[in-house]
Amino acid sequence: MTMAPKRETYDVVVIGAGPAGLAAAATSAEAGLSTLLLDENIGPGGQVFRAIASTPVTERDQLGADYWAGADLVQALRASDAEIIHRATVWSLDRNLEIAVSVGGASAFVKAQRVILATGALERPFPISGWTLPGVMTAGAAQTMLKSSALVPDGRTVIAGQGPLLWLLAAQILRLGGRIDRILDTTARSNYFAALPHAFAFLTSPYFAKGLSMMREVKAKVQVVSGVTELSASGDGRLTNVSYVAGSKRETIPADLLLLHQGVVPNVNLAMAAGIEHRWDELQLCWSPVLDASGNSTVAGIAIAGDGAGIGGAMAAVVRGRIAARAAVEVLAPAAAAKLAPMATLRADLAKAERGRVFLDTLFRPAPQFRIPAGDTIVCRCEEVTAKDILDAVAIGATGPNQLKAYRRTGMGPCQGRLCGLTVTELMAQARAKTPQEIGYYRLRAPVKPITLAELAAIPKSEADVKAVVRG
Amino acid sequence: MFRRSEQDKRPPVQIFVDGVAVAARQGDTVSAALLASSCDARRSTAVSGAPRLPYCMMGVCFDCLVTIDGVGNRQGCLVPVAEGMQVEIQKGKREIGK
Amino acid sequence: MRTDYDVAVVGGGLLGSAIAWGLGRLGKSVAVLDEGDISKRASRANFALVWVQSKGLGMPAYTVWTVQASQAWGRLASELKQQTGLDVALQQNGGFHLTLGEDEFGQRTDLVKRMHNQTGAADYKMEMLSASEVKKSLPLIGPEVSGGSFCPLDGHVNSLRTFRAFHTGFKEFGIEYFPERPVSAISKSGGEFRLTTPKGELRAAKIVLAAGNANQTLAPMVGLYAPMGPTRGQIVVTERTMPFLPHPLTTIRQTDEGTVMIGDSKEDELDDRTLKHSISAVMTDRAQRMFPHLARLNVVRSWAGIRVMPQDGFPIYDQSETHPGAFVACCHSGVTLASNHAFEIARMVAQGALEAELVGAFSASRFGAAGAANNSGY
Repeated sequence: MTMAPKRETYDVVVIGAGPAGLAAAATSAEAGLSTLLLDENIGPGGQVFRAIASTPVTERDQLGADYWAGADLVQALRASDAEIIHRATVWSLDRNLEIAVSVGGASAFVKAQRVILATGALERPFPISGWTLPGVMTAGAAQTMLKSSALVPDGRTVIAGQGPLLWLLAAQILRLGGRIDRILDTTARSNYFAALPHAFAFLTSPYFAKGLSMMREVKAKVQVVSGVTELSASGDGRLTNVSYVAGSKRETIPADLLLLHQGVVPNVNLAMAAGIEHRWDELQLCWSPVLDASGNSTVAGIAIAGDGAGIGGAMAAVVRGRIAARAAVEVLAPAAAAKLAPMATLRADLAKAERGRVFLDTLFRPAPQFRIPAGDTIVCRCEEVTAKDILDAVAIGATGPNQLKAYRRTGMGPCQGRLCGLTVTELMAQARAKTPQEIGYYRLRAPVKPITLAELAAIPKSEADVKAVVRG
Repeated sequence: MFRRSEQDKRPPVQIFVDGVAVAARQGDTVSAALLASSCDARRSTAVSGAPRLPYCMMGVCFDCLVTIDGVGNRQGCLVPVAEGMQVEIQKGKREIGK
Repeated sequence: MRTDYDVAVVGGGLLGSAIAWGLGRLGKSVAVLDEGDISKRASRANFALVWVQSKGLGMPAYTVWTVQASQAWGRLASELKQQTGLDVALQQNGGFHLTLGEDEFGQRTDLVKRMHNQTGAADYKMEMLSASEVKKSLPLIGPEVSGGSFCPLDGHVNSLRTFRAFHTGFKEFGIEYFPERPVSAISKSGGEFRLTTPKGELRAAKIVLAAGNANQTLAPMVGLYAPMGPTRGQIVVTERTMPFLPHPLTTIRQTDEGTVMIGDSKEDELDDRTLKHSISAVMTDRAQRMFPHLARLNVVRSWAGIRVMPQDGFPIYDQSETHPGAFVACCHSGVTLASNHAFEIARMVAQGALEAELVGAFSASRFGAAGAANNSGY
């Protein structure tokens, strides 16, 4: 059973139990700091190590050695004194390092001396025509089901997009006996040339050999169409067809399930709501927080580790978690830092883990037509706002995402912009001939995830709070 | 749309979807159990009534919203199944008090 | 930028937009100067009530002005609909202020009496109702509701859509909207006003300062006075739910989209980027005591906004004696008074003078010596 936090204050509170959060919490606790790890999911692992402690997939090589590496992280953490709470939704974090967390329908407030945000990544929106149809999902969604419930696609299945995760998922589905009818690779041909100068670093990175063998494994069993430049999903009430253009040829194939993926981007909602400054990353095409070498953000006391700090992958996330935790230890308990791996070693580990990243980012940089939709394609899934609606709003004077909210309610649904925010920024930037940095992003506020009204109402209140509301 | 791998040896859990018994497994989320079942789990949106199924399965898209044990608009992808759980597929806006 | 506008409106929020739209409707050439995406925009941070009850205690003329606005709103909504196709969802079937417990009921009863006894005030037809009478209109109220006041003139509107409708209407009327141009200086020479913005100078024969709390700084540039006393308010918003609330309340309303808005606090804090959850807790606690069914709804958003608020709470409409052709307009109730701004204020600006019998009471000369020195008191 999930329990509320045991204390009101901690030395370190880590938010998110993926690779970075697990490593950060274990490091902090190992140094003797009172440490709380809060995570929204049922068990530890985040997305990469999803269900690492509970997966029904018993044939270990089907998920791959990289996945099982997560088990050591969980073990290290469980052996430590860190307090871990799952199904704990952090809905507010402010500049005073006060955290509001919802556990079992009630909110608790904890204060930290240091907060390490390890809220990871989410999949980049893939706003093509028909992407809201039942039967269209993210590749990550399929992988989540595969890891946590040993579920594999059953009907006619198409995987479309680009990036390392796409090939990993395809391999895993095939190993578990699932069905894939076709893979549509949307990697832009021009990206291969752009990535070439960075190829040497990649060749010497740990990703190279693994990636190549996985692609070979998949290509032996599934028809792969490369150079896909257009993509859409259609059907009446559910997905029935996927259409695409490759070369100069347009083809439409029947499908029950379309899995989309074009990389992952930092999950910025909590960090932005806390007031942390972010900048547009032109290579990764997303918002990344402004951080120092130890992950410290522009809000004193809050560090960010893992993919939330800018996409770096699981191995880098682990190291960044250790670096952020070590930096916290150096401040809060300098004597204990001696127990931990030296910062220089950690930085060397990080450099190694990040080798080849620029190559991957360049090669798998999604093409504009898959990021910036047109016409009736839905951009905001919650409020069902199309690209044309947004362009119409720009035409009457919307300068950025916040004014757009007033005109069109984009980002005002329950997902709070997670599925439309990047698209809105890039679409408006293109329409106004500005950079995404100039256009900006939604101003985000707590609650970053919904909580019930009763839960909010139950928060302790002072006489002054009452006076600010009850005015006769 | 999805089927279970034979190696899955987790104990069964029975839930009810709009009153009909559905076999799930211990550790499934509500959304995973729905997608693994043969039931039509499409909800319809609160804005236009368009049909939707879960999209992200990681708690960010809110397309998995369902009524669980009488409480509307729960994120089915974050809630584990429990024996006897009553799940209702939502059509349109939730009703107040539900 | 063109330099021969009849009128430049400084401020593209709900108030400036209403006046600009009204001027365009009269065939004037109008430029609207606005800030950018992150401005403290009260048009986005409002509760969207078209509200009459309890307004104007201490200034009878404000009650008359408010009733006039309430009565003209239907015409505004229908003109906007006709012009833009946008339905601003105006609903004017009366509104409630609910009380919890006997003390609050007593206090509200006193307020209603004082409103009634004010000489020269319009008749709001406001009445106190017992809990059982309230229940006839609002069947879902909880047992703690002791009653409340009801005013048949009250209503609400979709304020974001109204804002969008005005801006959509700009196109039709040929009004030019210039965002990202905060005005830093204003001067008058050669019979026209020159407004300095980061993207160049704009000239116009007349200007209307409609920049909300920023009017305090802008007004003295053209011999006007607009003392402001902004406060912060927090709002909590729920997910969409089936219609359950047939009338708006002072602190709870259900939008036409289905979301429930719960207001509102009044704080001295003026940072609109932060939130005080304990204040939201008071608001939501009161809301669920009024309507217990609300308890299970999910809160999807909460925010703080800065109220545009003249120092004494009443609107300021004034014209400059030293700089003829310069007007200032600011008020808290930009939604309620939008109809008056679109029809009456725009008409008066177009003809070049405010009418004392209609809005004379709102001159800043009421603030005494400091105001009298600058403002005409027309």
